[in-house]
Amino acid sequence: MVMNAAIRAALRGELDSIRAAGLLKEERTIHSPQGAWIEVEYPEGAETKRVINMCANNYLGLSSHPEVVAAAHDGLRSHGYGMSSVRFICGTQDIHRALEHKLTEFLGTEDTILFPSCMDANAGVFEAVLGAEDVMIADRLVHASIVDGIRLCKAQQDTYKHSDMGHLEEKLQLHQDKRMRMIITDGVFSMDGDIAALDEICSLAEKYDALVFVDDSHATGFMGSHGRGTHEHCGVLGRIDVITTTLGKALGGASGGCVSGRSEIVQLCRQRARPYLFSNTMPPVIVSAALKVLDLVSVTTERRDKLERNTRFWRQGLVDAGFDLRPGDSPIVPVMLYNAKLAADVARDLFAEGVYAVGFSFPVVPKGQARIRTQLSAAHDMEHLEFALQAFRKVGAAHGVLGLGKKEILEKFGA
Amino acid sequence: MDDLHKTILDYVRREYLDEDSDEEIDVESPLLSSGIVDSFSMVSLKSFLERKYKISIPDARATSEAFDSVDEIAKLVQEMQKG
Repeated sequence: MVMNAAIRAALRGELDSIRAAGLLKEERTIHSPQGAWIEVEYPEGAETKRVINMCANNYLGLSSHPEVVAAAHDGLRSHGYGMSSVRFICGTQDIHRALEHKLTEFLGTEDTILFPSCMDANAGVFEAVLGAEDVMIADRLVHASIVDGIRLCKAQQDTYKHSDMGHLEEKLQLHQDKRMRMIITDGVFSMDGDIAALDEICSLAEKYDALVFVDDSHATGFMGSHGRGTHEHCGVLGRIDVITTTLGKALGGASGGCVSGRSEIVQLCRQRARPYLFSNTMPPVIVSAALKVLDLVSVTTERRDKLERNTRFWRQGLVDAGFDLRPGDSPIVPVMLYNAKLAADVARDLFAEGVYAVGFSFPVVPKGQARIRTQLSAAHDMEHLEFALQAFRKVGAAHGVLGLGKKEILEKFGA
Repeated sequence: MDDLHKTILDYVRREYLDEDSDEEIDVESPLLSSGIVDSFSMVSLKSFLERKYKISIPDARATSEAFDSVDEIAKLVQEMQKG
């Protein structure tokens, strides 16, 4: 089949409808390494602009850390560029094994298997472990990659209202006739920055004989007093059956992910998880750098402590300025603006003031819940945050949103 | 509104709308196509209907279209009750 005029017209029509709905995603080209300050070309062809980055998942500021970059160079020299193989043919090097062991130790689990990404880990793990006689009971706000993983699995599917433990308990009761029940949640939810009540979830799981699955991508490396993740934060180390997480956020930010947890579950993934079996092994250069990242976060909690201080300062600064925030403790701090156009306008004006933060609206978040999602990093120093706060105060005042809550903003700007 | 419609509408409200939700739904409101009901939790809706009305809904009939409004769901229940 050739790409004839009719097909091209049909595809263009789809693109036009995305654009007409205001949902077209545009990429901004960055001309610098990832960091607190970045050089951004936007719109395309414009002079680059130096802005403070408030929207990266670079929570620990390790994406461009000199020791991590040096470890990547070392790995390239000692283990080569690629392996031209999946893991089980000829793609497993000593450093892949070493990274799996280190992740197991860091996360406090029984075993770990690397995947090309956490998206792949989530796409593969359910199908590898659960069958038609089982049920997956997921929080309604889990990440899109989990939704895809659930779709690929033959087990029955159900959901519970976001973080509603009473509703989860009803569902666990409803599904007592299934062979296995798996409760599925994010540790830290990416859009609201709120934290799953893993202590209550684990208690319910024990009461109703269920497995607990946590995607901790927005937590590994910094949540909990040693940065092990949401399970450490909630005091349930050793009680989570499956953790999936990423090396693409706090842990260096390049790519790669894993399934970590009960040994049998990890072994089943090695035998059956399709994204593991049918895609290439992680590149040695990334594995080598990730080993260094785990060294850095295991030796000292300095970076996660700084991130925690930055988060407290940032939240307080925005509240004092009169912004309406989603409450929470995580470094994901959503500034609620409710109206989609307002969120887009505020993000645009912040960029003009030298602050890069992104507005999110429907369908990424529910209708009437538009916001600017800000994310803190240990790469931010106080001067960066003060500069960004000043910009938020100026832009917030210009739009007349300071001191207004949801009701007032909706009255003024519409839903 | 008859009891059947009211029972189903109450269940859908309780099951799918958050307590602080401003969303209003009636018997004709699209449920799945509007995103109010996620396709993953149709299993508990189906299970609720089967227990409440002592019927069995074949998987082939538990489609997104058949579950897309309270009206449609009520029609399906009535059909299953007739056998």
